[in-house]
Amino acid sequence: MLFRHLFILIILLPIKAFALIEVDITRGNLSPLPIAVSPLSIDEKSKESFNKILKNKDMGLEISIVVENNLKQTGLFNPLNKDAFLQKPDIAHLKPRFEDWALIKAQALITGKVTFIDEKLRVEFRLWDVLAAKEMMALAFTTVPNNWRRVGHIITDKVYERLTGEKGYFDTRIIYVSEKGKKVSRIKKLAIMDQDGFNTKYLTLGNELVLTPRFNPTNQMVTYLSYFRNLPRVYLLDIETGIQEVVGDFPGMTFAPRFSPDGKKIIMSFAMGGNSDIYTMDLENRIVERITNHPSIDTSPSYSPNSKYICFNSDRSGYQQIYVMKSDGSNVKRISFGKGLYGTPVWSPRGDLIAFTKLHKGKFYIGVMRTDGSGERLLTENFYQEAPSWSPNGRVLIFYRETKTDEKGEGFSAKLWSIDLTGYNERLVETETDASDPSWSSLLSN
Amino acid sequence: MDLGKIFRNTFLVILACLVLSACATQKKVDTGQMQGDVYTGTDTVKYLASGVPDRVFFATNESVLTTASRDTLRKQAAWMRKNSDLTFVIEGHADERGTREYNLALGERRANAAKDYLMTYGVAGNRLSVISYGKERPVDSGSNPLSWSKNRRSVTVKAN
Repeated sequence: MLFRHLFILIILLPIKAFALIEVDITRGNLSPLPIAVSPLSIDEKSKESFNKILKNKDMGLEISIVVENNLKQTGLFNPLNKDAFLQKPDIAHLKPRFEDWALIKAQALITGKVTFIDEKLRVEFRLWDVLAAKEMMALAFTTVPNNWRRVGHIITDKVYERLTGEKGYFDTRIIYVSEKGKKVSRIKKLAIMDQDGFNTKYLTLGNELVLTPRFNPTNQMVTYLSYFRNLPRVYLLDIETGIQEVVGDFPGMTFAPRFSPDGKKIIMSFAMGGNSDIYTMDLENRIVERITNHPSIDTSPSYSPNSKYICFNSDRSGYQQIYVMKSDGSNVKRISFGKGLYGTPVWSPRGDLIAFTKLHKGKFYIGVMRTDGSGERLLTENFYQEAPSWSPNGRVLIFYRETKTDEKGEGFSAKLWSIDLTGYNERLVETETDASDPSWSSLLSN
Repeated sequence: MDLGKIFRNTFLVILACLVLSACATQKKVDTGQMQGDVYTGTDTVKYLASGVPDRVFFATNESVLTTASRDTLRKQAAWMRKNSDLTFVIEGHADERGTREYNLALGERRANAAKDYLMTYGVAGNRLSVISYGKERPVDSGSNPLSWSKNRRSVTVKAN
């Protein structure tokens, strides 16, 4: 499978520590940085070889388009139209004529070179500061040709990190629930795709209802809820082998699963006799621990990145609210006090914020608050939306949104959307079918 | 009184009747099927046996059984006691206006509210299993309060 082929990373030239270009990602960026992504240069022989294997006309151009689209989606960069480029890709990669790039108002430039060596794909790229007329970084990778889109994602991660000072989120995947059919009898399948919507694969056949898949932050395991044999239970699925197993031996419904940050435990709800409480199961020794013990509904648990705390959803005050407790279940504190109902709390990978769904006066909101409940900020409002999931760098949230049906009950749809933590850059995430319950993976390579 | 006048009066009376009945019909669609926000209509209801409705309805975010629900469940219990070879699945459901995970828990709570009541009226617990579908299996695909009220339900289904 894809992940067995490790990338070989060679640093060509030392990265210079001083940079003149900086992109501030902490606020809504109203003037995205103009960046030129030159097609990566490629010799005719390599071009033909890749065309034979992958039916792709110009590997150099294709990879540059992956990078360009990634950068555009962030809302932080404005990739310039390639028609305006004056310099040829191969010459630009050796030594850009900075005046030419400054003329079309580019502030940063990415150049590169692609070759077919020993049945492998070799890609090198350089990032240039146009105004300072300096190279900012240079890297090369060798991998199997099939991984060419990932090369584009890794280049984007490197460029993003160099220019913003924070890790990227492009060499990642989204697992979600693919939906088809009428609202009263939806067919749901687990699906996985690259962060940019390519390489969709379906992991279940749709014979049984599946819900709420979540990635293990440390490997390629997924936990989700399946109604296999009409018994709603939490399952564990290895994406590489396709092997799945039920988690624990509970005499009732288990649901709302998530992994602990070290990937060694699953935390979930177990419902019995009308009461849902939170439990963990250690995946190594299979020991089950009860974390909450309260006659109310306790669900949607999510660990803090240091594993010391758990945020969760409970209606112990009478209505759905967000609570935080120590990971052993002690010190339970309610943190949501605004008007309305709060659900699906999920701790940011940076540790400082909790994202949530809020229902108030018939509208649904995706928002964030500090872990003590202060500083509530609503990012987006709609008829129905819920279930935010963080990008691994904690800068973007992906969630799903459903539309209202008309008088005849027609026109229902469910789609994935993303929005920056700043509240800007709301985007539809294209999927092959209707989609819900997205979960963002960690970076596949570091 | 001439014939024309009688005819005119009759016409007015008929017209008034039509208007009134139209109002009555209209009213039934608007509020006649809900009390508070609990569904009281019969559109979606099926019958386990003659006079034994298969489902009960709930208020938003609630799992409390209404007077009508308790009446329905007592009928179910009486019928179940007479048919002691049968077993049942009680399906708990929620409307689409809530988060998926909370709704799964809410559906389970609703199904258990029905189960507990049936047990109080003499049905053995081992004949009744529960399953929550949360908001995954609505009966009405509308996005309006009446449709949502039909979907907040607990349905008793024969299992054998």
